[in-house]
Amino acid sequence: MNRSGMLAALRGIVWRDLLLALRRRSDVATTVFFFAIVTSLFPLGVGPEPVVLRTIGPGVLWVAALLSCMLSLGRLFAADYLDGVLEQMVLTPEPLVMLVIGKAFAHWIVAGLPVVLLSPLLGLQFGLGSDSLGVMALSLLLGTPTLSLIGSIAAALTLGVRGSSLLIALLVLPLFIPVLIFGAGAVTSSASGIGAEAHLSLLGASLVFALAFAPWATAAALRIAVE
Amino acid sequence: MSVMGENGCGKTTLLRLLCGLTAPEHGRIYWQGRDISQLKELYFAQLTYIGHRNALKDDLTPAENLRASTHIAGSGISFTAARSALDAVGLGGNSHLLATRLLSEGQKRRAALARLWCCERPLWVLDEPFTALDAYAAQILRERLQEHVKNGGLVVLATHQEVDVEAKSVGQLRLAG
Repeated sequence: MNRSGMLAALRGIVWRDLLLALRRRSDVATTVFFFAIVTSLFPLGVGPEPVVLRTIGPGVLWVAALLSCMLSLGRLFAADYLDGVLEQMVLTPEPLVMLVIGKAFAHWIVAGLPVVLLSPLLGLQFGLGSDSLGVMALSLLLGTPTLSLIGSIAAALTLGVRGSSLLIALLVLPLFIPVLIFGAGAVTSSASGIGAEAHLSLLGASLVFALAFAPWATAAALRIAVE
Repeated sequence: MSVMGENGCGKTTLLRLLCGLTAPEHGRIYWQGRDISQLKELYFAQLTYIGHRNALKDDLTPAENLRASTHIAGSGISFTAARSALDAVGLGGNSHLLATRLLSEGQKRRAALARLWCCERPLWVLDEPFTALDAYAAQILRERLQEHVKNGGLVVLATHQEVDVEAKSVGQLRLAG
């Protein structure tokens, strides 16, 4: 159980999950299109009033990011659970936590990163200024990994449960509230000239907190699910 | 050691207990004199478990699957090593380029069993390894088991057929329903 073995296992699982995502591009596309369409519906529905759009923009983008990240959470462990790979993961001589971190990281690359990269473009629809767009992307960059990590707990807890995707939403959305408040707050306060540092620091802190605790909780839930 | 018995008599449960996947309600399981629930990762490093599910990803090729599962098992191998292990189970040629979902049931079982050719762990726990295998593949597997036992390895397998492997000690456990 040395460090290089741990890193090799981590690299291995990230490589495998990204390869799987590459073979099933439609899953990735679903997340991205969902995000793009939901954020585009709001300007169409609310009307072209610039002041209103600028006010609701950060919140809408953040909520859409939350929901699109959540769409793919149900698949995080479900396939591994069904085909028996999860049993092999639990029997790994490396710490199971490392594999969980690897899976959450791969989930973020597939579901979180596209959202981060698209957000400045979609933010233009709400008439956000270039500063706000930058803060928007930065806040999502700090916030979406937290979503993947916290979401992994719910995904592990609901394994083998009927209607698990709905249950994941019920479990996870309340936990996402702080991230949503700080994330959307960062953009709003930067637009109003207060500066986003405080909100961004809090987002960073919740990411560190999630990284420190979520993988352990997920690993414990996975052991129970396999039993 | 082969574990035999009717369907539903608890063979798989016994094997899962031996692996530490399921915790026993009463009693303890010892490996080299130490409780496996305390050894955990140290014990898992000695163990290869192949369950009745193949643990293969449908969208990956057998070679990629094999590499992924060895990475998970903490001893990643190269593509060449994965290829030669697959050759050994008769999945050479082009079949390693196909996605696993296109393979037949027996080929999938062979791809899962290829893990036995690329790891050196003393304890193998195999749940009905002969299922879906043809006579030729079953013979290859028997030879591999024979080799493992000859090198001082330990095999526990659940099966419905007699396994003629020569070893210093061959145990047979029959579970009644």
